[in-house]
Amino acid sequence: MITNEYLPFSSKVLKVTKHTPMEHTYTMEFAGAKDVVPGQFFELSLPKYGEAPISVSGIGENSVDLTVRSIGVVTDELFKYEAGRHLYIRGPYGNGFIADDYKDSELLVIAGGTGVSPVKAIIDYFGNHNDEVKSMSIITGFKSKDDQLFREDFKRWGKQMNVTLTFDRGDETKENIGLVTKYIPSVKVNNFDDAKAIVVGPPIMMKFAVKGLIERGYKEENIWISHERRMSCGLGKCGHCRVNSTYICLDGPVFNYTVGKDLID
Amino acid sequence: MAYSLDKIAVDELFSKWGEDYLIYGPTLIKNTGRLSDTDSVRYDEVKSIDDLELNLKSDYSFKDVILPISEVLFYYNEDGMMVPKQKHNGAIIFLRSCDLHALDRLDQMFMENGKPDFYYTRLRENLKFVLIPCSKSFENCFCVSMNSNVTKNYDLTIEEINGEYVFESKDEYFTKFFSGSKELDYTVPYVKENDIKVEHVEKINNLAITKSEMWREYDSRCIACGRCTLVCPTCTCWTMQDIHYGDNQKAGERRRVQASCMVDNFDRVAGGHVYREKNGDRMRYKALHKISDHRERYGVDMCIGCGRCDDICPEYISFSTILNKIAKESE
Repeated sequence: MITNEYLPFSSKVLKVTKHTPMEHTYTMEFAGAKDVVPGQFFELSLPKYGEAPISVSGIGENSVDLTVRSIGVVTDELFKYEAGRHLYIRGPYGNGFIADDYKDSELLVIAGGTGVSPVKAIIDYFGNHNDEVKSMSIITGFKSKDDQLFREDFKRWGKQMNVTLTFDRGDETKENIGLVTKYIPSVKVNNFDDAKAIVVGPPIMMKFAVKGLIERGYKEENIWISHERRMSCGLGKCGHCRVNSTYICLDGPVFNYTVGKDLID
Repeated sequence: MAYSLDKIAVDELFSKWGEDYLIYGPTLIKNTGRLSDTDSVRYDEVKSIDDLELNLKSDYSFKDVILPISEVLFYYNEDGMMVPKQKHNGAIIFLRSCDLHALDRLDQMFMENGKPDFYYTRLRENLKFVLIPCSKSFENCFCVSMNSNVTKNYDLTIEEINGEYVFESKDEYFTKFFSGSKELDYTVPYVKENDIKVEHVEKINNLAITKSEMWREYDSRCIACGRCTLVCPTCTCWTMQDIHYGDNQKAGERRRVQASCMVDNFDRVAGGHVYREKNGDRMRYKALHKISDHRERYGVDMCIGCGRCDDICPEYISFSTILNKIAKESE
């Protein structure tokens, strides 16, 4: 008998972390958490409202974090949920960021806005396993200080790695103001053979961040990106996320840039 | 082995088959064509040979027998979810050679692209296929170019010859019904040439073809109605849809409904970003999927050259012309 992958399972909301009025992280009970890979996603499934693909932003002992922006029917409904309630999810789906790809590298992660969410678990991993990389830097951008996510995590990351936090607008005397691309030239790189980068964010940001990295000397094969597309199933059946011969849900969402650059919507 | 039966005998067969299977086939529905006073041929359950339309090309394909336009995945209420029973435990489907090739494409999508699909697989399990051979090409067909004009993957064939019905059976289930029937020599006909021919391109340069000006024609000509994908026997895309029952907000059903990459919002993500705004770009997305994109993944073109998209297009856009333009641009 073939498993019915469309049936979601019940999961308890363990904790709700409110980063901004628009963006909350839901820590969801999930027994299979140890097999979840950073950068994978779940389908958040609320009968009557529908489903929405949400990246894993953190992996616990028996839980996964789903960071959600309230921006549609499903996510608006989700924001009514508090800790202790149950909701439905299914997953995990997609390939994710494989830690081995980045071991012994000078790793740089560039992420913008909610794009920080899919890379957060891989940042966490190398923050906690500092000995597995030669160096670790992140450049993250948000619209303004009020839009920043993961404030508590940034405090921890600040002690574990080189953190550049920048905002599109704000007070220039107190914080970095500018796009993430502005800070690529100042990243310290000892050897470009070892320099690897992960870039996640809005399409336009990814385009220019990758351009900046290549100009800086990063090799195309040492850059990874994660794509966002509309999805109904996450199972390679609904067709919405297809780009050329690639299904983002099955083959991605994480792609080495040598593959990802050729995808034309 | 081939057998010849009269109409009464065939209807007896239909009622016997009907005890074991649902029988689906093309049927003529009066005054439902795209212009006034014209008919359309659609798939429906058939009880008798009179219900079957064997001479015309069907406007819609057989695909909704295994991929319903709207399919309930589960019913939900406060207590949980319930998966509905399957619509049939087996079906006999009358179709043409190109459609049997289309079935391979549906199988690739639902059984090979990731894990096998629960709902598709259970409807797919017990199907028998009866080939309606084409002795000549219909309008807009280009099956010869797409290598879908010949098939061996049928269980039975049916052709009307001089008021009698000739069957060739390759399947034990069917053969047993013909014992005692009149036998004859028979060769299953197939289309050897179409008026329309399509040039094949082995390798398409995606970047170059994307930049081509050829798509701009369709920005305005195509009205993004999605009819072409609805009638296409190889189009499979769908969208999740939840509904609740009237005043009981807590009970309802989750369905999958057919979707179209030609229609607005197919690619819209949370926050409103759309990847293909222009209708010409959607046409490119669809056209390349029908040939090179699917071929890269599964080794065969997706398009089977039935021309139903051309038959139904309200703007008289010719898909075979698009494929030939792609070939020319790729030279």
